[in-house]
Amino acid sequence: MNKKYLYGGVGLFDSPDDIIKAASETSEKGFKKFDVHTPYPVHGMDSAMKLKPSKLAYFSLVFGLTGTFSALALMYWTSSIDYPVIIGGKPFFSFPAYVPIMFELTVLLAAVMTVVTLISIFFKFPNISHPLHDTQYMKAVSSDRYGICIEPDENHTIEEIELFLKSLGAKDITKIYYDDEELKYKNVILQPKFLLFLALIAVIVSGATYFSLNKLMFMQPFNWMREQAKVIPQESSAFFTDGFGMRMPVEGTVARENLPYLFKNQPEEAGKFLINPLEANEENLNLGKKKYDIYCSPCHGYFGEGDSRLRGQFPNPPSIHSEKVRNWSDGRIFHVVTEGQNIMPSYSTQLTNNERWATILYLRVLQRSFNAKESDLR
Amino acid sequence: MSEHNTNIEYTHRGIPPVLSRVSSALLLIGILVAIISYLTDPVRSAFNNIVLLMLLTSVGVGSLFLIGIEYLAGAVWSTPFRRVFEFLASVVLVIPVIAIPVYLNVHSVYHWSHTDAVAADKILSGKEPYLNETFFLIRLIAYFVVWIVFYFIFTSNSKKQDKTKDQKLTKRNIRFSALFMPLFALTLTFSAIDFLMSLEPHWFSTIFGVYFFAGTVLASLAAGTFLVIMFVQKGYFIKGIIKDHYYSFGALLFAFINFWAYIAFSQYMLIWYANLPEETFWFINKWEGSWMYFSIFLIITHFLVPYFALLSQPSKMNEKRLKFMSIWILFAHIIDLYWLVLPTFNPEGFVFSWNEIGFIILGLGLILTMFNWKARKENIIPIGDPKLKRGLDFRL
Repeated sequence: MNKKYLYGGVGLFDSPDDIIKAASETSEKGFKKFDVHTPYPVHGMDSAMKLKPSKLAYFSLVFGLTGTFSALALMYWTSSIDYPVIIGGKPFFSFPAYVPIMFELTVLLAAVMTVVTLISIFFKFPNISHPLHDTQYMKAVSSDRYGICIEPDENHTIEEIELFLKSLGAKDITKIYYDDEELKYKNVILQPKFLLFLALIAVIVSGATYFSLNKLMFMQPFNWMREQAKVIPQESSAFFTDGFGMRMPVEGTVARENLPYLFKNQPEEAGKFLINPLEANEENLNLGKKKYDIYCSPCHGYFGEGDSRLRGQFPNPPSIHSEKVRNWSDGRIFHVVTEGQNIMPSYSTQLTNNERWATILYLRVLQRSFNAKESDLR
Repeated sequence: MSEHNTNIEYTHRGIPPVLSRVSSALLLIGILVAIISYLTDPVRSAFNNIVLLMLLTSVGVGSLFLIGIEYLAGAVWSTPFRRVFEFLASVVLVIPVIAIPVYLNVHSVYHWSHTDAVAADKILSGKEPYLNETFFLIRLIAYFVVWIVFYFIFTSNSKKQDKTKDQKLTKRNIRFSALFMPLFALTLTFSAIDFLMSLEPHWFSTIFGVYFFAGTVLASLAAGTFLVIMFVQKGYFIKGIIKDHYYSFGALLFAFINFWAYIAFSQYMLIWYANLPEETFWFINKWEGSWMYFSIFLIITHFLVPYFALLSQPSKMNEKRLKFMSIWILFAHIIDLYWLVLPTFNPEGFVFSWNEIGFIILGLGLILTMFNWKARKENIIPIGDPKLKRGLDFRL
């Protein structure tokens, strides 16, 4: 037999007016620990019970402000500091764009954290037991009656409470007890068996969802253009003996405008035998300038002085205005562009043969501009 | 329900003497300054006249909206205060008079009224079928007719109910409220477009009507809240008005402060983001020179201060703070109207002098005078209303 402890006395009323009257008389009488239970919110209860405004609002405020400022910090960090990208010509720190996110995060954090606070601090989660649970009183107040529950304190004994409830006109006055078992009661939710059960359910549900959505019920929408009889790149093919869908070109095939380079590892020969096929006209020079600015200028600088824009991430190349480079033939430079030199990589994949020659024409213009002769000034 | 009405204790006491003294002083000063202002600087006065006109529209038509929404929603907490808004709505009777000087000065205020300028401008000639003087006048008359007709319908039914205690009158007003709401939305939106938006005829914003509506409800609610608290404090109101009623006023004010800020920011952000020159110039005008400080001032007075002043629950129930904040919000709305109108008059920087003050005084004087005229002879409590008892018993 468990030992029983007294919790308090309860009484029931039949109308909301009665319960309001009872609550105000109870609070006036000086009872400190009492609570009212109604099937729905009864207006005017706060003032009848003399309740102070809830402190929950302060939690909402703090978490709301946390949301506001963390959104501001997030947006400021991502779009102004860590990864600044110009969007629509706006400055990196454009406050109006942040406001919707600040608003949303304020609402989100305030709402979610208010509920979490309510459950964890005010409801004392994970404790979910209460002496009033599983009583006739609780059954009555959760369907159609209005109840008041008064706990005894240093000034009032349970007998006084019962008398007081009687004087209020309450019906079904009873004492509520709780026992050791209820004190020791542990939340089912935290028992390992239950947690394991939850994990198992999670695995089953996610697995079943994956299987049914991706395997069983998967239907391709509008698949008549997606699935065709042709072989697409990177796909295998049963037609060829080696199993590859992609074929090697026939031996000796040359891509258009991409003749194989004949002077591999032979810079001097290249300088001797290669001749620039392009004419130094406006069209070719414009093409050369364009390609130079794109591919060469990051390291060599816009004017070929070796003033790289890479801020020391790559060693600066020497100037192209040196005596040595000026004396090189076009073919010699072509070799450098095609094969690379020292840490300069090959540009044969970025630039076609003609583009390389055009770039060299523009390079000559740069060199001439740095070492202009007297006759050029006329 | 009608048996509830028998135990209402109310004796008509008129208005506090200080209110009538203040209102006549404000009205006299206001009329005097407005006339002097018109004689010295008619263009500037016409712009201020638009501020005055829209202030009266906000308070008067906003009160009509609050009356209608109470009937439609079947709200009970606001029933004891409906008369205050009915009296405030009598301002719609003077709106046509105030609109006359604006219409007479239409050429100095509205650029679209110059037919030669419209003919030379491709955009304005496209808008010509709407923005021309004849149609403008027709629309104004339509607005005034709608507002005044519904003012008389609502108030006469409500007044009749004091004597007859006939519940059918409430039902009739509910029907008329349902009819009034769409008309209210149309007339208020188009009056905002006609009086405020067409000041810059090239500019357009589809949210503008809602923006003005938010300010309208705020202004009428603030004026009503102030008068209610004042009448209760001086004992000219019915007994039984408690904190819970004030909380409802405070909560509505707070809600519409947020609504105004939401709409104002939506309008700003979309225009800022799209960055189209035909839209942005309106905001750039309001950010040029000293107007920048005025725009920041508007954000602070119209949103930040009232937001934090009314944020917590106890502050909404505190009658002193609520009274102060309702005056604050009314002035914030005047600042908002000033910010909408005056940049067109002087784009270089904001101007504020006796002309502006005079018109604001005239506006407040007119509102109080119309209110006093009604409150002096009529019950300030709708004693025949079937919802009155429940309204007085309202608890949170």
